[in-house]
Amino acid sequence: MNLRPMGEGAVLVEVEDCTEAHALRRALLDAPLPGMRELIPGQASLLIVADPLLLDLNTVAARLPAVARDSPVPGRLHEFSVVYDGEDLGLVARQLGMATQELVRRHTAPLYEVAFLGFVPGFPYLTGLDPALHLPRRSRPRTRVPAGSVALADGYTGIYPQATPGGWHILGRCAARLFDALRVQPALLMPGDRVRFTPGS
Amino acid sequence: MIEVLAPGVFTTIQDGGRHGYGHLGVPAAGAADPFNMRVANRLVGNPDGYATLEMTGAGATLRFDTDAHIALAGGMLDAQLDGQPVPAYQTLTAKRGTLLACGRIVAGWRSYLAVAGGIGVPPVLGSRSTDTLSGLGPDAVIAGAVLPIGASAMTGEGAYLRSPPQYGTLTRLRILAGPHQDWFAPASLLTLRESTFRISPQSDRTGVRLEGTALERVRAGELPSMGMVTGAMQVPPSGQAILLLGNHGATGGYPVIANVIGADVHLLAQLGPGAQVRFSDVSLAEALEALSRQEARLQQDIVTADASLLAARALMTLAAGHASLRQAAVTEGRRRIRIRK
Repeated sequence: MNLRPMGEGAVLVEVEDCTEAHALRRALLDAPLPGMRELIPGQASLLIVADPLLLDLNTVAARLPAVARDSPVPGRLHEFSVVYDGEDLGLVARQLGMATQELVRRHTAPLYEVAFLGFVPGFPYLTGLDPALHLPRRSRPRTRVPAGSVALADGYTGIYPQATPGGWHILGRCAARLFDALRVQPALLMPGDRVRFTPGS
Repeated sequence: MIEVLAPGVFTTIQDGGRHGYGHLGVPAAGAADPFNMRVANRLVGNPDGYATLEMTGAGATLRFDTDAHIALAGGMLDAQLDGQPVPAYQTLTAKRGTLLACGRIVAGWRSYLAVAGGIGVPPVLGSRSTDTLSGLGPDAVIAGAVLPIGASAMTGEGAYLRSPPQYGTLTRLRILAGPHQDWFAPASLLTLRESTFRISPQSDRTGVRLEGTALERVRAGELPSMGMVTGAMQVPPSGQAILLLGNHGATGGYPVIANVIGADVHLLAQLGPGAQVRFSDVSLAEALEALSRQEARLQQDIVTADASLLAARALMTLAAGHASLRQAAVTEGRRRIRIRK
């Protein structure tokens, strides 16, 4: 674990992976630091944002190892039925040298973890993707990816909560409403939650 | 209510922002220049986080269909209330039917209009701010829009800000070393502190983009995506840095070479296209001291005043403003002559 200041009001805690970041986040939510405002998980980090006048690096350093030893509590499990008819399904299968059925089988096999949310509100970066499915982003991003698109790129898979421009490869679509600002819990998925995809029609 | 006759170049509703949802990927949004948003609110007796109009590059033209106490703060405008020039940084009274033409922004880049009671559009996730990155909150302000005004709790006649900030064309921003210095060539760490950078026209509410000597990375590859903060100076592979403003994405993946201190975010937000900027180091203690001073200034330098004092201050400010406008015109003229040579 490594602490790096981000200006006078935030500390970046670098950890091994997102699972450790989530354990740290939960522990800090249970026992908040003075003036703590936000806890933003990243791919291998947790950003602690706090009142600059109350944030003290030494206090943070002293408190962190204790909380990191707490065992991680797995998040909620979500199952999404996916219609695998995405625009890029055939192309991705060809690029990876496998049949589309094989691509779908490999995409539905893992239990994914929500590493962090970003890009647009409620967009989950899911880790646990089969290494055989790792592809860089499309060289030319689309100007519009429809809401509900299930896609992959850069070693992640994810679901577009809203229609936006996007550069990921679209495999299919699901009907889940991932983000709704009017809900009490606006995001369906939280950091640390688990996700499984099932083939639907 | 306020009727929008013309929105200016780019006008949005902004308050203190949508905080506490960063872990869900929700940008905070809110005023790009929180200091001036707060000053404008305080001048009309509002709490700090009330919704204001953030006007970028040029001011809006508005008609009030009710009596209202209003105040302008931020980039210098040549504003007129029913054809009479009015100054920023003090309470103004708009009578029912009054036309407020905020005019051009002649120094700085963003100006805030606060109205006693705040702009009363419905909040989304606790904020009335337009999120220009993700689309949450109200749309950008367009001609013909009608903006509701909330209930005012203003008492007394008004207030003004003592020694208001002035925004020039060369700004010095104070920085703290960033978390990823080891990603950069030592020469580039020096370049950052010794060069003058220009503000790119590609800048927006997510970030101020610099043009100048490229900051060279010594490490290839990508940074694992991580939470971001306002003031972070991200360096993409091009080497042209982006200084994040309040509407930045919750996470980002470029290394952060430095962080602009909180007390200087208002200076950062006032950098328009073509403006110039330099950077200098401060200690953490100095950064905190500057922030405390800025908070103290909000308490101490907003002075209540009666109508006659405000009128006198308006006359003095406008006279001084005309002089500084003339000076700005002369400087700009000289600059253009130099460019032509």
